[in-house]
Amino acid sequence: MSLTSNRKDSVAVVGVGTTKWGAMPEHDATSLGIWALRDAAEDAGIDLQDIDGLICQRITDYQKFVQITNISPRLVTATPGAGRMTGGTIQMAVQAILSGMLNTVAVVYGNDGRSAGAKYGGKGDTYGTGADQMWFPYGMTSPGAVHSMLFQRHANLYGTKIEQLGEVSMAFRKHAMLNPNAVMRKPMTMDDYLASRYICEPLRLLDYCLINDGGVAMILTAGDRAKNFKQPPVYVRGLAQVSRLAQGELPDDFGFAAMQRVSGIVHEMAEVGRDEVDGLMIYDNFTPIVLFALEGFGYCPKGEGGRFVEGGALQLGGRLPTNTNGGHLSESYMQGWNLQAEAVRQLRGGMGERQIPDAQVIQYLQGGPLSASIIYAKEPA
Amino acid sequence: MNLSYAKPLPPITQQSRPFWDAARERRLLLPHCDHCGTFHTYFEPWCSHCGLEGVHWEELSGRGHIWTNCRFHKHYFPGFDGPYNVAMVELEEGPRVMTNIVGIQNGTLDEMPIGMAVQAVFEDVTDQVTLVKFRPANIKTAE
Repeated sequence: MSLTSNRKDSVAVVGVGTTKWGAMPEHDATSLGIWALRDAAEDAGIDLQDIDGLICQRITDYQKFVQITNISPRLVTATPGAGRMTGGTIQMAVQAILSGMLNTVAVVYGNDGRSAGAKYGGKGDTYGTGADQMWFPYGMTSPGAVHSMLFQRHANLYGTKIEQLGEVSMAFRKHAMLNPNAVMRKPMTMDDYLASRYICEPLRLLDYCLINDGGVAMILTAGDRAKNFKQPPVYVRGLAQVSRLAQGELPDDFGFAAMQRVSGIVHEMAEVGRDEVDGLMIYDNFTPIVLFALEGFGYCPKGEGGRFVEGGALQLGGRLPTNTNGGHLSESYMQGWNLQAEAVRQLRGGMGERQIPDAQVIQYLQGGPLSASIIYAKEPA
Repeated sequence: MNLSYAKPLPPITQQSRPFWDAARERRLLLPHCDHCGTFHTYFEPWCSHCGLEGVHWEELSGRGHIWTNCRFHKHYFPGFDGPYNVAMVELEEGPRVMTNIVGIQNGTLDEMPIGMAVQAVFEDVTDQVTLVKFRPANIKTAE
């Protein structure tokens, strides 16, 4: 038997699990991950013992995780608790399955950021070269401020307006109102948006995602086994990642070149064009990145993101329903993971008022320093 | 020494000391690649452009323009009082540095638009540390 003799040609998600979102001080990140994994295993109709690969993200203690779940996976690894790692974490699971080394891989995310008082800015915010030398003395810190500065560039170059960010925030809030698990379900108008307080001007509170506790897990397996599980499979048809870390936190092009490369690969892999995509899940830690992703992944021309989102384009019933769970802005900031869960559930169907009618293909878009995209589909090819 | 200064201070390391020493002398120095001439805004012996080892210190004019800006209303560090601006300035020699814009009336973003010409000024904040800030280029100061 050679290293590749058991190689597979497709991968599907067969289980998805989520916790509640909010303040849950009785759970740490490990515990939230266990909750999500148990939910995913039940969804798939498997025992935890059937899991032979475990990839944790943001879990505080993988050993405790394995001890408490009492499983014996043949792969155990953990990725850092940064949202940029989400695409890559799923990529590893997919590769492990395609190689034939593993059959059933769980990707598990646990985040106790709200109860643990996680801060995205200040002393610990030291990505890359020299934030403590060249940024902090001037008070510069936080991913929110980076997006604020990037938006200012975008507005200067392309005439993008702050109200266009409001459109993004309002669209996702509208979806959250249809989602009983969403954290923010109060109706929001443009006046509410414009009246919300500045955090890092020009960005306001309603441009920022919601830090909460929660967990998400997915169970993936090879396509040829996928029909043996309780739920209809959702296929991972394409998956790609390209880094632009080398350009630092404030790239000249908003990450456009990296996203273009990801986009080219993922559509070719999936053999699915943009016109066949029924809905998007866009990593939305802050509103501006939604515009950058729409441009980078080719859903509108460069610089046109602001105009694209006007008139409810991202809302259910609009041109391209996006973040139908409310996204990070209004459901909960689960660093891309609640977007994966929503993609899978949309493709299974039966989501009631927030169902994208006859959804066949959903694409995940992750801008930022590690650009990634996943195309999920109901059919294997 | 200004004992009441509570804002973050840079950790002056062996690699960054020439930068901070120069700032105290009112000069803006940055590491410059020995091989390809790229300016760096980090303090490492390696060039991110050509990949080779070896940098020397080169003085810059201190002239540039605002590349982007923002204004913090939430504080993540001690010592800041009320909203404050942060700008990224593109120096005329090419590199971009993070800074604060001083010498404007209220410190609001409309007073420091993208593209505005600026000039480095040096602000002693402690005996050891002088920060490189920028003011609008068209304003004359005693300095």
